[in-house]
Amino acid sequence: MENYDLVVIGGGPAGLAAAIEARNNSVQKILVIERDRELGGILQQCIHNGFGLHIFNEELSGPEYAGRFIAELMSMNIEYKLDTMVLDITNDKIIHAINQKDGYITIQAKAVILSMGCRERTAGAINIPGTRPSGVFTAGTAQRYINMEGYMVGKRVVILGSGDIGLIMARRMTLEGAKVLAVVEVLPFSGGLTRNIVQCLDDFNIPLYLSHTVINIKGNKRVEGVTIAEVDQNRKPIPGTEIDYDCDTLLLSVGLIPENELTVQAGAEIDPHTNGPLVNESMETSRDGIFACGNVVHVHDLVDFVTEESRRAGKGAAKYIQGKLSNNGQTFKTKPLNGVSYIVPQTVRLENVEKGLELFLRVRNVYKNVKLVMKGDDEVIKEIKKRNLAPGEMEHLTLPVDSIAGKSFEYLTIEVKEEA
Amino acid sequence: MYDVAIIGAGVAGTFIGRELSRYQLKILMIDRENDIGNETTAANSAIIHAGYDAKAKLLKGKFNAPGNAMYDEICDELDVPFKRIGSLVIGFDETDHKTIQGLYENGLKNNVPDMKILTHDEVLEMEPHLNDTVYSALYAPTAGIISPWELAIALAENAIENGAELKLETTVTDIKKEDGSYTIITDKGDYTAKYVINCAGVHTDTINNMVAEPYFKIRPKKGNYYVLDKGIDLVNHVIFQCPTDKGKGVLIAPTVHGNYLIGPDSEYVDDKDCVSTEAKCLEFVKEASLLSSTAIPYNKVIRSFAGLRANSDSGDFIIEEAKGARGFINVAGFESPGLSSIPAVAKYVVELVNSIAGGLTPKINFNPRRRKVVRFNELPEEEKKQLIKENPLYGKVICRCETVTEAEIIDCIHRKAGANSVKAVKKRVRPGAGRCQGGFCGPRVVEILARELGIDEADVPYDSTEAYILTGKTKNEE
Repeated sequence: MENYDLVVIGGGPAGLAAAIEARNNSVQKILVIERDRELGGILQQCIHNGFGLHIFNEELSGPEYAGRFIAELMSMNIEYKLDTMVLDITNDKIIHAINQKDGYITIQAKAVILSMGCRERTAGAINIPGTRPSGVFTAGTAQRYINMEGYMVGKRVVILGSGDIGLIMARRMTLEGAKVLAVVEVLPFSGGLTRNIVQCLDDFNIPLYLSHTVINIKGNKRVEGVTIAEVDQNRKPIPGTEIDYDCDTLLLSVGLIPENELTVQAGAEIDPHTNGPLVNESMETSRDGIFACGNVVHVHDLVDFVTEESRRAGKGAAKYIQGKLSNNGQTFKTKPLNGVSYIVPQTVRLENVEKGLELFLRVRNVYKNVKLVMKGDDEVIKEIKKRNLAPGEMEHLTLPVDSIAGKSFEYLTIEVKEEA
Repeated sequence: MYDVAIIGAGVAGTFIGRELSRYQLKILMIDRENDIGNETTAANSAIIHAGYDAKAKLLKGKFNAPGNAMYDEICDELDVPFKRIGSLVIGFDETDHKTIQGLYENGLKNNVPDMKILTHDEVLEMEPHLNDTVYSALYAPTAGIISPWELAIALAENAIENGAELKLETTVTDIKKEDGSYTIITDKGDYTAKYVINCAGVHTDTINNMVAEPYFKIRPKKGNYYVLDKGIDLVNHVIFQCPTDKGKGVLIAPTVHGNYLIGPDSEYVDDKDCVSTEAKCLEFVKEASLLSSTAIPYNKVIRSFAGLRANSDSGDFIIEEAKGARGFINVAGFESPGLSSIPAVAKYVVELVNSIAGGLTPKINFNPRRRKVVRFNELPEEEKKQLIKENPLYGKVICRCETVTEAEIIDCIHRKAGANSVKAVKKRVRPGAGRCQGGFCGPRVVEILARELGIDEADVPYDSTEAYILTGKTKNEE
């Protein structure tokens, strides 16, 4: 059995930032375990730009953004293993993993950071009726084929779901010579960033059908066509609104799901709102010494926020290893109310927060000119005016410690309030 | 000239092929699909029924229980996943209870062993996630679950190891009756055989009509199913609903791979190649299943599919020499309990061939076993360590949902009746069968297939050779 102070599972943007921050906080023996052939995670296939505006004040491509962290990790001589799969994490932080070079390895860690990212929701999960031919891809898989393997996946394309990867792939497929016939979104608003709708659809005259969905896939071998239809308020197709498309490809961008199989194995509790582990202010899960960060906790809109959150996890793990995390003092839980779908973190031990408490949340609907109201039990702590809120864009709030210190409340709630 | 040509390489065709390969016969198995067990065999409830359902006077009643009893041995010989987990037919009122008693009586006639009628309390003790509305149930401990397509693949592999031949993507267009033989005309050439066994599933009537008088018709019934993710605690037995005048009800069945199947509905379809799912049918399945258990987590569905039952208009199996066509044997109408009955049916078909041929000579060197399949994920730590030491490719996980290693994928490509498509790899060793449905491993499996088969990645099909995945290189790569 090998021994490490900290083992980071997943070498994408979350894992990289967490490992670097832990080293910056004097953690010596760190190991990053990555299942793919290289570090950087999904960023390596995101060759478009738009990454790093918050962290670096410049627009980078995915590989460039990852590259900066990989270079820093290497300059710090942080150990990493590629092509290595973690099979199990026990309650007492023993990690079982395999790879070709080392065979079957077991590692005892003082602290663990989970940063496995997320996966795409599939055609199976959303039960699109029809046949099951080839030519139905999740947008991310298509992106990998095109950007990493150098192969095109189709010529005439319909995209279901207006998540960011779907929008990015609408442009990418077009630039590669494919005809993107339509992007179809079941909700009355897009789940993607506004800038992506403008730059990836509008600029290429690709129609976006809101409140529409795919109701049939045709073709026994390769996709031969799809039928879309408008949906009512209950997301049921409205007869008579069908449009048929002759196409050979259906791309899906219908949501991302945090990949928490290992988290569950490790015995950490899952939040049904985020599908990720419950975490505290230091990004520690309900399991002592097991931390989590990035899309494994909740799906982020921008990688910059992943980096920020992961630094907090790296620092938290460092403090844990050094016995500096406090379990005493003022503690409270967070609770999403009206219009808010989730809040991360779910619990807070205020003594571990330095200046400001960082909160991430998403709203359930599109709102204009509203307030986000934060309360300690029933007492209003802060109100923030918002001109636009959308489910596709994550909200990031910082609550100064001074504004809540010394107040005794059980729940910090956040809700959307319409302006009178 | 072949001694026996078998049309259709589903579980019926491959089982009969494997049984016949015990004898000194030159055997040909033909299928229009690009893989073994790719149609009805790949899309059904995956259950080995105990045998209380069909009337004793039917072939279905005659062959089910004996077929069921033969499964331990065949699955041991061929290393196929099979679990005898038992089944419950649950009823909700006194009328259902009477039906259950009737099934019990019928089961006794069919020699089904160890059945028991359970009370409400006994059922809920065995299956705490069933609804409290359960009145009583028929418990049949001999019912089992299996991977039907892995069985067909294993049977084909073993038959080939014992000398049989296989032609895939070969569609029979006509059969000519010659003097003492048949010439089978296909899109890939003609084959002559003394005896023909028609195992063409939903197309057995069409094949029969090429050589004999039409005397049965296959009008398939389609069934839609949901597949649930692993790691769910729902039921431990196959749960059937008591049949009523409204229908047969839907089942909840654990699978040998740790998922659950929920379905099927039952509707006649006229298009024999139509296996598309339908929203209203899936909705029906969902609603009907909630009668058994409201605890079914429908947010854990990872796939839905539909399959066809090869019902004949006779209402029973048809296992006989076609009238006026000596040596031409139909194995038709093979809807449920076809899979359960096939071990016994195959023995019976061998007897038919034996009597027509006037005796068969056993092969001395017949090997009933196939080389074990390594299922890395299921092995204890020590065996995993040893395997990676012997072959480091066992240390390379390609499919993270099902923990499938590169060594397992390579092995399934190079076996007899080996995988030649992404779906064929999925059917054998399961990358793509998990919750990400091949999102992550798909490109890696394509790469491995291309390398091992010596073809370009763009030529690796999903299923049939026309089911292409990639359209060619991107602009930069040209």
